[in-house]
Amino acid sequence: MSQEADGQKVDTRKRKFLIAATSAVGGVAVAGVAVPLVMSMLPSARAKAAGAPVEIDISKVEPGMLLTAEWRGKPVWVVNRTKEMLDLLGKHDNRLVDPNSEQPQQPPYCKNATRSIKPEFLVAVGICTHLGCSPTYRKEVGAEDLGADWPGGFLCPCHGSRFDLAARVFKNVPAPVNLVIPPHQYLSATKLLIGVDAKGA
Amino acid sequence: MSALQKVMGWVDDRFPLTATYKAHLSEYYAPKNFNFWYFFGSLALLVLVMQIVTGIFLTMNYKPDSGLAFLSVEYIMRDVDWGWLIRYMHSTGASMFFVVVYLHMFRGLMYGSYRKPRELIWIFGVLIYLALMAEAFLGYLLPWGQMSYWGAQVIVNLFAAVPFVGDDLSIWIRGDYVISDATLNRFFAFHVIALPLVLIALVAVHLVALHEVGSNNPDGIEIKKKKDPVTHIPLDGIPFHPYYTVKDIVGVIVFLMVFSAIVFFGPTMGGYFLEGNNFIPADPLKTPPHIAPLWYFTPFYAILRAVPPMFGSQFPGVVAMGMSIVLIFFLPWLDRGKVKSIRYRGPIYKLMLALFVVSFVGLGYLGLLPPSPVATILAQTFSVIYFLFFLLMPWYTSIDKTKPEPERVTG
Amino acid sequence: MKRLKNFLLLLMAVPVIAFASEEGPRLDKAPVNLSDQASLQRGARIFVNYCLNCHSAAAMRYSRMEDLGLTEDQIKENLMFAAEKPGETMTVGMDKKEAKGWFGSAPPDLSVIARARGSDWLYTYLRSFYRDDSRPTGWNNVVFDKVAMPHVLWSLQGEMVPVKKKEGEHEVIDHLELAKPGSVTLAEYDAMVGDLVNYLTWMGEPAQLERQKLGLVVLAFLAFFFVVAYYLKKEFWKDVH
Repeated sequence: MSQEADGQKVDTRKRKFLIAATSAVGGVAVAGVAVPLVMSMLPSARAKAAGAPVEIDISKVEPGMLLTAEWRGKPVWVVNRTKEMLDLLGKHDNRLVDPNSEQPQQPPYCKNATRSIKPEFLVAVGICTHLGCSPTYRKEVGAEDLGADWPGGFLCPCHGSRFDLAARVFKNVPAPVNLVIPPHQYLSATKLLIGVDAKGA
Repeated sequence: MSALQKVMGWVDDRFPLTATYKAHLSEYYAPKNFNFWYFFGSLALLVLVMQIVTGIFLTMNYKPDSGLAFLSVEYIMRDVDWGWLIRYMHSTGASMFFVVVYLHMFRGLMYGSYRKPRELIWIFGVLIYLALMAEAFLGYLLPWGQMSYWGAQVIVNLFAAVPFVGDDLSIWIRGDYVISDATLNRFFAFHVIALPLVLIALVAVHLVALHEVGSNNPDGIEIKKKKDPVTHIPLDGIPFHPYYTVKDIVGVIVFLMVFSAIVFFGPTMGGYFLEGNNFIPADPLKTPPHIAPLWYFTPFYAILRAVPPMFGSQFPGVVAMGMSIVLIFFLPWLDRGKVKSIRYRGPIYKLMLALFVVSFVGLGYLGLLPPSPVATILAQTFSVIYFLFFLLMPWYTSIDKTKPEPERVTG
Repeated sequence: MKRLKNFLLLLMAVPVIAFASEEGPRLDKAPVNLSDQASLQRGARIFVNYCLNCHSAAAMRYSRMEDLGLTEDQIKENLMFAAEKPGETMTVGMDKKEAKGWFGSAPPDLSVIARARGSDWLYTYLRSFYRDDSRPTGWNNVVFDKVAMPHVLWSLQGEMVPVKKKEGEHEVIDHLELAKPGSVTLAEYDAMVGDLVNYLTWMGEPAQLERQKLGLVVLAFLAFFFVVAYYLKKEFWKDVH
């Protein structure tokens, strides 16, 4: 067997090169097998179909009322805010973390004082930005358990995060940022499509 | 000392990493004359790994529920990204596993790799083969197609032929009076957890036993008998790594080319790897006109059918089928030949081995066909040859005229 | 040794000879061409119009027909009658139990029917219905005797009647003849069934074209890998004498 004994010289550079080349191509092969396996864990066609945009009828949402729709398996709230509710929105900016919606928690067309397309309709994903519980709708102003200065909003039952009626988070609660406003558009005065931006928006 | 050496030193003080690497790769001396037939061991290991990996990913989307199973497979084939590739790799892998294992076993037969001191390697190997058959059979129920259902029905009913306890036994296996949701669920559990564990453990002991005694070779002589007086390395041995690792990489690539050709261009292999009738959901009220097991079981299925019912019982056929596998275990003690390798065997052994191969392949072919009088007679002939190969082995190997073995390995 | 070889060859040939005579009804070759998108689109239309009333394709999503070169709007307008969203699968409203009462057996799901039956069988089957007043539906089929399904496409094909011939003691159907023409000629009907079967073949495994394309890439890669690995092996094995 053995090598040097035969007086033959081993071309180490050639061997190193061939080992490197084989390892490289072998690495590509392993990656080529890994990619399909990893990709198979992405949402399937069925999950995507279930995550397709949802059309909801908002004609029955009376002022002050909240409607919960399901989009991608998550609750989406539609709140028809009354005049009084809207008036209160601007009066507690100093108690909010991000009153002007600087964080990209909403599509650009909702980066405004009411965080909505139409001022009265709030459309928000009802998932707390802390750890993912769904907050409760607490519209009563100055509710006993929430303090006299409670302007109406949402309270997360899990860790007590508080949000106002524009889904903006209050200071000194666990949730770090405002609730997410999903992409949405109005198909007509009463038809709302959640999941896609309006064309050209 | 480089950083790497330091880390290795730290590990080696606590775990025999370098020692294991040396014992099983860089200082495991394999005979230098391995030929084509010696690729199939490493290929079997490769297929085992592939089956486990693809199996894990299939499990993420498969539903072991009689109402959902069939469509969940189609869900994998269509809705899951790359699901079709993972599923075809798994289904092709199942058949290719048997292809490489049969060739690996045939290698053992040709070169006497089961002979002393490798009896335990052989026994572990046959156990792997048995576990593999169970694994394949259990897995085949999972797509919940017509062939899955009726194949399982027929095989489980074989247990019903066992005298006295048969009926209770088959009911216990099914967990129901027919193949049902309960059966599917437990077959799933065995297929994805129990048998893979058994297989991995058996493969481990198969390899440990092999590395203890060292590999056989096409000449059937022990390379450990001729060692370098100074280094004590076998004169005809070369380190497994790098020599056989680089060689096996070439073998693996060629195998993967065949494998890919099947996966991408003919995953059903004309009905031999994936049967057409299995694309019809299981229907407990309608048996397909012709049911045959998948090709890798057909030799034993043909033996089963070749034995006529006796005393109104299927049991003799079941016993014959069981015996045909049990006999393989005893091969190390049935063979009385003076030499191991076919290269130095006499004409009788060569003839018997040829007849055995023809019978085995013939039985495999007959097992695929619907029963007919001609087929039955042929299957009976082949079955007799199959059994005679084993039962007469002590006699014909001891009278055979062998050639002298060489001192050192050749070619 | 030579004699032994001949004997073995003969032994291997026996089964082939013994079973060569086994055969079902002769099947016509289906004109399957999965790269013909126009044919697949025509087939899809026939499928949703004629088959999808009774047969489901529960594994098939409408949106997958985008692979046939259709846009989502085209699918919605021309091919979706029983669903609201393109992401839905092709289900039918018909109750399985009721259907069993009407037809004697529930219409099977057609998602993978081409894989179960084979394209040629489907192509022959859909062109082999003939009038048979002894059957409850009034129809029978050459390749599927006593079939439960009526001839749904009869208004297109017309009515076929069997022409029989004697084979030993039995009378068997030799071929079918057109008794009452339908709205299209027989050649046009064959072409329509061809499109439909093409579609069914595609639907059996929508990924199959992608699969074959990827296969070429993989094999080319492995061929390259082989060359590299082969030289590596050769280089190292120079040491071994």
